Amino acid sequence: MTSDHGFQPEEPVRVLAADGSFSPTPAAERYLPLVDALTDAELEGFYRDMVVIRAFDRQATNLQRQGQLALWPPSYGQEAAQVGSARATRPQDHVFPSYREHVVTRIRGVDPMDIIRLMRGLTHGGWDPYDPRNGNTHIYTLVLGAQTLHATGLGMGLVFDGRTGTGDPDRDEAVIVYYGDGASSEGDVHEAMVFAASYQTPQVFFLQNNQWAISVPVTTQSRTPLHRRGEGYGMPSIAVDGNDVIASYAVTKVALDEARAGGGPRAIEALTYRMGAHTTSDDPTKYRASDEEQSWAKRDPIVRLRAYLESRGASEAFFSDVEAEASAVADDTRVRTNALEGIPATKMFDHVYSEPHPLIDEQRRWLAEYEASFEEGAS
Amino acid sequence: MTETDPVAGIHPVAGAHPVAGTRPVAGTHPVAELAEASSSPSTGSGTAGTGSGTGGTGSGTGGTGTGTGGAGTGNGGTGSGTEETGTGNGGTGTGTGGSTPPAPTGTQSMPFSRALNAGLRASLANSDRVLLMGEDIGRLGGVFRVTEGLQAEFGDRRVLDSPLAESGLVGTAIGLAMVGFRPVVEIQFDGFVFPAFDQITTQLAKLTNRHEGALSLPVVIRIPYGGHIGAVEHHQESPEAYFTHTPGLRVVSPSTPNDAYWMIQDAIDSNDPVIFLEPKARYWQKGEVDLDARALPLHASRIVRRGTDVTLVGHGAMVTTLLQAAAIAESEGTSCEVVDLRSLSPVDYGPILDSVRRTGRMVYAQEAPGFTSLGSEVAATVMEKAFYALEAPVLRVSGFDTPFPPAKLEGVYLPDADRVLEAVDRALTY
Repeated sequence: MTSDHGFQPEEPVRVLAADGSFSPTPAAERYLPLVDALTDAELEGFYRDMVVIRAFDRQATNLQRQGQLALWPPSYGQEAAQVGSARATRPQDHVFPSYREHVVTRIRGVDPMDIIRLMRGLTHGGWDPYDPRNGNTHIYTLVLGAQTLHATGLGMGLVFDGRTGTGDPDRDEAVIVYYGDGASSEGDVHEAMVFAASYQTPQVFFLQNNQWAISVPVTTQSRTPLHRRGEGYGMPSIAVDGNDVIASYAVTKVALDEARAGGGPRAIEALTYRMGAHTTSDDPTKYRASDEEQSWAKRDPIVRLRAYLESRGASEAFFSDVEAEASAVADDTRVRTNALEGIPATKMFDHVYSEPHPLIDEQRRWLAEYEASFEEGAS
Repeated sequence: MTETDPVAGIHPVAGAHPVAGTRPVAGTHPVAELAEASSSPSTGSGTAGTGSGTGGTGSGTGGTGTGTGGAGTGNGGTGSGTEETGTGNGGTGTGTGGSTPPAPTGTQSMPFSRALNAGLRASLANSDRVLLMGEDIGRLGGVFRVTEGLQAEFGDRRVLDSPLAESGLVGTAIGLAMVGFRPVVEIQFDGFVFPAFDQITTQLAKLTNRHEGALSLPVVIRIPYGGHIGAVEHHQESPEAYFTHTPGLRVVSPSTPNDAYWMIQDAIDSNDPVIFLEPKARYWQKGEVDLDARALPLHASRIVRRGTDVTLVGHGAMVTTLLQAAAIAESEGTSCEVVDLRSLSPVDYGPILDSVRRTGRMVYAQEAPGFTSLGSEVAATVMEKAFYALEAPVLRVSGFDTPFPPAKLEGVYLPDADRVLEAVDRALTY
């Protein structure tokens, strides 16, 4: 495939061909020991992750269409890049998603209902990254690329505190930060890479290139393969087939292990495709051709892994069990969404500051009196 | 998430790690304790002499105001301290191996920039979670030398010469705060803060709210601001209104060396983000610094000169201009009271309203353009809250609503004592 800019992209790391056959690319050679070490249970876990989140994602999209959510950014099509990378993290690692990494947060322990509450307009955050149940997973960031600097700063802190690079893989910590091909043009991403390289942060920049920044194709963002930008900052960088969960896992695992061991930052570009709309406010038919979508549909990450698992002898009972779980999660999401309650007006005054603030106190008091005045008038 | 999940089901991070499980919030931090320790004679050599404060503490109207010159607080420390009195605190002093000399005590005369340096040094010595970041702040000591000597003393892991990128500075400071550091970022000049504006307004200011209190962000952003130095474009501006208009930020600006010394430490101790505006025109002026006790809380305004006819309000370098105007007015038979705002967000209206209720007139002076400025906000609030006490509308004296002009015109652009007095005259003739 030659892009319309004429550059010839190198073949990415890929283990499974689109039809699910085991056919590693030359770039995948060094990852094969890791791939071979994956057990059936782990591979089936990847599959389960992807199928369950796709059902959840479809349910959330439907809930938005029905007016239950203000917005939904679908992850449909990007499940392999997200599951593979998230499963490559260690418990002590720190994860900075952008706003489409639903399964990443779920794998780390976040309740997906926290994302539902965010998209329903009940919170700007949703979960507490410092609650151990949430696996050091930071909240979504809607300003594109801003979180890459936070991840880098946190990585600097890990270096300064000696919490990384000691040689103990069970304790050394690393950071992974997610962003997209559109965000890759943001200055913050570039500044994050400068700081990361300067301070040798234990960090993986995980770029999901889903080909489209809302309506603008990646060719407008870059005239060179995006992973090559990392090399410009002095980081080892690599492209992976982001619709191959096994390759995504292996590449991220190696990068995180190296970063954790003191090797400094790494960049990964996962080539994938956003099968759905950018968000539910978007209409992809206005800017992209259906034959492009169909060509990517043939590379679907779930179909691909299922074929591979079947070739390894996975049972029909396994697949039906996964379907049942996915269906249950989707149903549960609907029930719990419909049960969500509102929030009191005074909540907007909470946590504007960490310490008392006279203006906030005054306005909170005023609103309470104002609202009380209606109640008095009514009685 | 099931318990068998290989990633999410295991959480050795929290609790196991001494830092990771501890969220960086108020109260857990040694700095907070230090504020108390420093006023206690129980540490150190046991000599008397610390903590006694002296006049001028307490209420906002306590007023230590000296006549002119803007030295402000004046009266002094106890001076009796013989040896170090107490800055010691567990867990500090990384990289310095105890070689840090004892903190001086008593009252010293020093320039504003040295007072800032001493305040930063005290904070660095008090807690190893404090670190300084900025462009050219290490070896060079900053373009204004405010951080001079600090990298040599505390090491390059505590005083960072960062890459030249302001958004990167603030964005990484946020990440450092997420793992419990208290970063102090230096922006080199007022006009260079804007590459970081997004990180400040959409991230730093809102992250505590977005986290519903689960995360505090004790980040200080030091910005040398304002005119009077004859510099090129982007080097003389007063951008305070952008930040006071942003919920989630605190904004302060000292006008004297004593306030510089204490307010920078208090800003660092704050668990909220603080924009710290340093009036660069004041960097070289000397004043008395009481090294033993702060005169006022961080967010208190202060009456720095007593008067009966008109209240003059301003902050930073403008306080000097107001004191000059007050001295001239006095020679002409008009008694002006001068209020140093000190805290621009929140504004401590108590001393201002007390003053206006006595004088009945108010003039607000600022270097910034007047349209939708901090002066506009303070004027509106005073008119709402002290309407019946006012004998005249609150008047504003501001920079013009133009870009800051070429330096040869700054004397026309920046309010001076004459322009303040012109407004005083108008207020008196209403």
